[in-house]
Amino acid sequence: MLYCMLCYNLESEIEAWTREKEAAVMAKREAVVDKLAAEGRLGPVGRLMPTTTAMTVRASREPLVLDGPFAETKEQLLGFYLVDCKSLQEALEVGRSLVGDTGALEVRPLATFYPGIGLQ
Amino acid sequence: MTEVAWIGAALAAARPQAVAALLRYFRDLDVAEEAFQEACLRALKSWPVNGPPRDPAAWLIFVGRNSALDEMRRRNKHETLPDDDVIPDAEHNEAALVERLDSSAYHDDVLRLLFVCCQPDLPATQQIAVALRIVSGLSVQEIARAFLVSEAAMAQRITRAKRAMAQSAVAFETPGPVERAERLTTVAAMIYLLFNEGYSASGGEAHVRVPLCEEAIRLGRLLLRLFPSESEIMGLTALMLLQHARAAARLDANGNIVLLDDQDRRLWNHALIAEGLVLVEKAQRLAIPGSYQMQAAIAAVHARAARPQDTDWAQIDQIYGVLEILQPSPVVTLNRAVAVSKVRGPAAALQMLEPLADALAGYFHYFGVKGALLKDLGRAAEARVAFNQAIALARTPAEAAHIRMNLDRLST
Repeated sequence: MLYCMLCYNLESEIEAWTREKEAAVMAKREAVVDKLAAEGRLGPVGRLMPTTTAMTVRASREPLVLDGPFAETKEQLLGFYLVDCKSLQEALEVGRSLVGDTGALEVRPLATFYPGIGLQ
Repeated sequence: MTEVAWIGAALAAARPQAVAALLRYFRDLDVAEEAFQEACLRALKSWPVNGPPRDPAAWLIFVGRNSALDEMRRRNKHETLPDDDVIPDAEHNEAALVERLDSSAYHDDVLRLLFVCCQPDLPATQQIAVALRIVSGLSVQEIARAFLVSEAAMAQRITRAKRAMAQSAVAFETPGPVERAERLTTVAAMIYLLFNEGYSASGGEAHVRVPLCEEAIRLGRLLLRLFPSESEIMGLTALMLLQHARAAARLDANGNIVLLDDQDRRLWNHALIAEGLVLVEKAQRLAIPGSYQMQAAIAAVHARAARPQDTDWAQIDQIYGVLEILQPSPVVTLNRAVAVSKVRGPAAALQMLEPLADALAGYFHYFGVKGALLKDLGRAAEARVAFNQAIALARTPAEAAHIRMNLDRLST
């Protein structure tokens, strides 16, 4: 079974971290990730850019494009796509074509990406 | 990581929102700051034992407000307390408060807190210093270090600034759209000044002033999270990210300025550039041009060029054209002249400089650009005169050193 680990935290707090603290957190995670990679169990890993870069495409008669991240609490996170886009414009077009009759898609660029190793 | 380090980051992150909300409750900056301090002390005792609260800002507001109210009651039973309708009674638990925070217009609180630091009567450096103290929570010592002044002098400046702030009337009602827009403009200008305090540093000063740039970027992102559709806040944040991305390449080993064309682009921070470029594109979608967006767009053209010769100078010339309309100033025209020199040659650019002579008679960069253009045109004697004028107007040793290098090249 493939499992997805989604990272949540207070963004303003992460921004207030010192470099040492950031390095310590990443080092701890890297140790886990390196082990998973060595075992051939690691899929793609990515760090998202800050929510300030996010846009949201919400289902409507015509999909609505909104500034800012997905901010509702009544809907649940159900899945994700990773798409290579030349520009935000292109990413939003993909978002528009993917969004269904209901729900929303948050469109946010990745800050770092590691393709992973070993998953079939 | 130690527990204290984690709590320190949590307190710093929650500070703008918590102090801002306490300011709205108590309508007095000193009381709000004291209440926040008290809440922090209690957090240091409580959080290691009970674990971190889910919403640190809400916890600090709740605890800070109650402790300040207790203190007021103790100190003076006759003191008028704020209206009951703005202070929910102490029965409210954290969950209720979180809900209240979500539904209340707390983004206006943070904006107000930033706005009260922007007293028009105060010199810009004092506005920045007081914002760093109150909003960012930097210690007087840290601020003094960044401004290269003594701690005593900085403490005095901040005290004076706070006195001026206490005397000014601030509207505590939720601002209307026009007032909100005005506040955002004022606050954006202050944040950019803060950024430039850090950015314009040179040589040995540069490393101590990097925190000013980082703090300005943090405040830019904070504002943008609160006002996600403001294209000029996107532009401002993008501009700061794109400029700060070049920090490592801007000075050589001796602390001399390295011009954009000569910078080692591998030293640029490409993560910050990527973020800045996304924000520029986000802002452009809204089609409400503004001067920060235009400046960010220019920085974006530079950032996109893998090598200096790949720079799309025609596009930069075009964007400066828009900027000249939005924000006409001799400095903008001077900068446009640099782009024009790349597109249409130094003679055309020099022509643009002539009408600026009076307005920029005391401006270092005017004579630096003029000298460089004259040099390119082979008018060495006139170039030397311009370069010497530039040296006389240089504000930092690095600026002067850079012009001297040009003078040396002229004589060989």
